[in-house]
Amino acid sequence: MIHRMSAGLLSLAGLFISAYLYLYKLGKIGSLACGTGECEAVQLSPLSRVAGVEVALIGVLGYAGLLALSLAALQPGLAARRWPVTLLAGLAGIGVLFTAYLTYLELFVIHAICRWCVASGFIILAIFAAALLDLRRLPRDRNG
Amino acid sequence: MAATQAGMKRFYSLFAVIAVAGLAVLGYLVTRPATVSIPANVTVQASDTSGYVKGSSTAPVEITEFADYQCPFCQTFATLQMPTIEERLINTGRLRWRYRDFPLQQHPFARLAAHSAACADEQGKYWDQHRRIYEGQAEWAASRNAAPILRKYAGAAGVDLGRYDACMQAGKYAGRIQADQNSGLELGVSSTPTLLANGRLYKGRFDSDAITKLVDSLARHPTK
Repeated sequence: MIHRMSAGLLSLAGLFISAYLYLYKLGKIGSLACGTGECEAVQLSPLSRVAGVEVALIGVLGYAGLLALSLAALQPGLAARRWPVTLLAGLAGIGVLFTAYLTYLELFVIHAICRWCVASGFIILAIFAAALLDLRRLPRDRNG
Repeated sequence: MAATQAGMKRFYSLFAVIAVAGLAVLGYLVTRPATVSIPANVTVQASDTSGYVKGSSTAPVEITEFADYQCPFCQTFATLQMPTIEERLINTGRLRWRYRDFPLQQHPFARLAAHSAACADEQGKYWDQHRRIYEGQAEWAASRNAAPILRKYAGAAGVDLGRYDACMQAGKYAGRIQADQNSGLELGVSSTPTLLANGRLYKGRFDSDAITKLVDSLARHPTK
């Protein structure tokens, strides 16, 4: 259960980071707490939108999904089931790939690193690792 | 089972603490009072739309820059590229530069900084204050109140601070800033800095070499 709990807490942290960045994009919170101007350089770049959707909003939705899945996986009826964690690992895996793409853009296209994005990157990686460890723990069964 | 229940209880307690703390921080950030005292929604006069010009009136090329004093890209461009552009193109009569304000909503001090420069302009110190504001961006943008820092720059630029204070308190040039922003929006400006070369949106690189090539090209082919 510790892995699912960790995934839940990490998803909550990721959700707040994404919400913070999205509120910034909406102009609701003034400037970003970043230390250098690089967070703003990344967040105000045209590449901070994917297919017309703010990356921060994608983060909010993604982490909300991960949080819901983590909490669902903690319910007594689902504690011994693999499918919630399989789903969690799948969603987190997509998140890891998306984060890798965004990190590439930061390093080689925008040439600026946003610390909040780095924090989010570590969080999604940790959620993915927690889900994989939980999957290893659970026996395979026909009930999912 | 008791250990599991205790573990779950600890988890939900920790979850609740993080959730409340996170919501409290976001709530504070969203509801904290704005520090900007220069109004955004003001009546714009027809005379408010010229921008600040540097360079010869007979230069064959004019570049209009829409920028935000608190934008990091604008700061880098102003401090690293503009000195070369000025020396190579503006001072030699090949280019006229028009600076217009486009304060982004994300930047709480951008409008204040633009207004500070406008008040310095009233005393013929616009470009001096403009340079100081960009050079000091890291100082005032990270502060809780940028107004005294901008005032300090104005003093160092030789601005009469009594007149400056009156100008700032009255928000005398709020309409000018808003006019620039409205004009930028009409022209398709959505980010900063945005350049228009002889009235057309520029999509190239923001460095002095690229700007030099652009100016050379436009000077050779004015209708291009």
